[in-house]
Amino acid sequence: MKKIWSLSFIAILTLAAAFISLPLNVNKKFDLKLGLDLAGGSRLVFEADVTKISTDRKETALAGVRDVIERRVNLFGVSEPTVQTSRFEGKDRIIVELPGIKDTKEAVDLIGKTAQLVFAEVREVPSDEPGASPSAELVPTDLTGADLESASVVFDSQTGKPAISLQFTSEGGNKFAAITKRNVGKPLPIVLDQEIVTQPTVQEEIISNQAQITGSFTVEEAKKLSIQLNAGALPVPINLVQETTVGATLGALSVRQSILAGIVGVSMVALFMILAYGKLGIVADLGLFIFAVITIALYKLIPITLTLPGIAGFMLSVGMAVDSNILIFERFKEEKLIRAIPDALEVSFGRAWDSIRDANIATLVTAFILANPLDWQFLHTSGPVRGFAITLAMGIAISLFTGIFVSRNLLRLFIGKSGEPLKND
Amino acid sequence: MKYRWLYLLISGTVLAMAKWGMAIGIDFTGGVVAEYTFSNGESKTLKYAPAKIDQAEKERAELKNQGATEIRFENVGPSIGPELVKKTVYALLVSSGAILLWIAYRFKSFKFGVSATLATLHDSLVLLGSFSLLGHFLGAEMDFLFVTAMLTVLSFSVHDTIVVYDRIREFRKKFPDDTYSLANNAISETMVRSLNNSFTIIFMLIALILMGGETVRWFAVALLVGTISGTYSSPFVAVPIFVTWDELGKRFKALKK
Repeated sequence: MKKIWSLSFIAILTLAAAFISLPLNVNKKFDLKLGLDLAGGSRLVFEADVTKISTDRKETALAGVRDVIERRVNLFGVSEPTVQTSRFEGKDRIIVELPGIKDTKEAVDLIGKTAQLVFAEVREVPSDEPGASPSAELVPTDLTGADLESASVVFDSQTGKPAISLQFTSEGGNKFAAITKRNVGKPLPIVLDQEIVTQPTVQEEIISNQAQITGSFTVEEAKKLSIQLNAGALPVPINLVQETTVGATLGALSVRQSILAGIVGVSMVALFMILAYGKLGIVADLGLFIFAVITIALYKLIPITLTLPGIAGFMLSVGMAVDSNILIFERFKEEKLIRAIPDALEVSFGRAWDSIRDANIATLVTAFILANPLDWQFLHTSGPVRGFAITLAMGIAISLFTGIFVSRNLLRLFIGKSGEPLKND
Repeated sequence: MKYRWLYLLISGTVLAMAKWGMAIGIDFTGGVVAEYTFSNGESKTLKYAPAKIDQAEKERAELKNQGATEIRFENVGPSIGPELVKKTVYALLVSSGAILLWIAYRFKSFKFGVSATLATLHDSLVLLGSFSLLGHFLGAEMDFLFVTAMLTVLSFSVHDTIVVYDRIREFRKKFPDDTYSLANNAISETMVRSLNNSFTIIFMLIALILMGGETVRWFAVALLVGTISGTYSSPFVAVPIFVTWDELGKRFKALKK
């Protein structure tokens, strides 16, 4: 009975995986995510220049610059842009990926600008048309990010609600005092990169170098606001240190070439298995087919962003997926000389398992270090290497399942039906 | 005999490296590579030194105005290369260290771990040397992907080695004394499966080299060289080192008595 359960489990899994992994144009619901080198787009690496910022404020400054870049990147309207930070031996990098971007130069110029924070006054402009209500105009003051020392989240001592504390330089404090004196009861918008981030109302003239913005913030909102204000207070110049742009035409060509190479490669492996192991080879090929559909289905479900090195990782794992079958079949050749065939099969699976496990774990170790899932900063944290390692690692894990569990059950099925159908010589 | 071939191979590749050096890509040196196609179907690849980035951007804008299509544009700053080298060295150290420990643990002896790791070192040298040759004659460049290939080869090489070691481990339970002849038997009995294992990987790589397109071609070539060298090094480097070590150890023990 157990056999039937295993077999129906394999059958259902294969059918579900095959449905999900149907090609793009047949099955729109599940899409493969393509990386920049396949879909076209730009990968930009900026280096943050934090030499002018004291050590204890670097973290704050970097959080600010990252936030600024994220907001700018969203302006391009490309689908799923990503912003990552990485640090290596004191160098801080910001990695921006813009799929499908057309004008990279413009993007670089816009992202690379240093953030500008300015406090503005609201002035009423009487309308030209009689009867219409007067419109408001923003007038920038001379109080800018350079006058702001830092912003931090505090909790109001009376209400216990989160608030933002602003610390000005002494010069900034003077300017702030003058501005608050002019604007008591009026709003005082704070503008970052021409976008209003907050608009507190001045309660009274503030003479000290410290001010507090209160309101009904959640802790999250207050944190975000303080990051934005710090981006203006601690301006960090950033420089482009690496750019990789792939045109959409090259990406499309790569996709076609990879599919062709994949089909040819898999067919060669499948043919080889049949030539080398006869009927056993057919079972291995069936396992290989199940391996392929499960893998592609998982790429779509997780989803894995597929890159060219990622495809190479997949192709390698196909080559390795049949390895466990080869080890078992070779062992089977030896064992069937000394025992009955069904016994020989079970013994082969058991004996070959040791070397299969040891060998595959060694490869998984390398793949793990290349993929660097814990983001160890002394190793590669992004880019093509990671794409390759992830598909390779997934391939090995899935191939252990198909090579052992699936093949074993399929072979038992064939042996159960007739006496000795598994001769391969 | 086996040893002599090994030395020839290693010294041959080291010689090639000394004579021609490595063709190093912009991932290490910094600089710009740009490729454009024009409406008449022609294409053009331009390379610039790191200092010429402004010129590259200027010509980029001009060519685009003339209606050229940008196929790719890669710009690598001078600070990237040293970082890449360092991270690669760290990754090599961490992964070969982890593999060494894993094998030593599984086979309950550092002899296995160290000899397997030395064999992977051999494969890395062969790979570097053959890329020096390929770079000199066919224009292959060492880039970011080459580094990935080198790290992957580490684990491939170990794959085959473990299959032989597994057989040695099994034999040693029955005949613990004669390491030399049991290692010989283990090699000849596992030869077919090692070769077949490598064939399947080689088929996939050949498909990639012939049809996978230019971007991954040299990457696949590097993996192919590594796979072939890894298949060779398991019986002819890893096992001989292990056997020699084991026999020396036994003689040393005998002397002490």
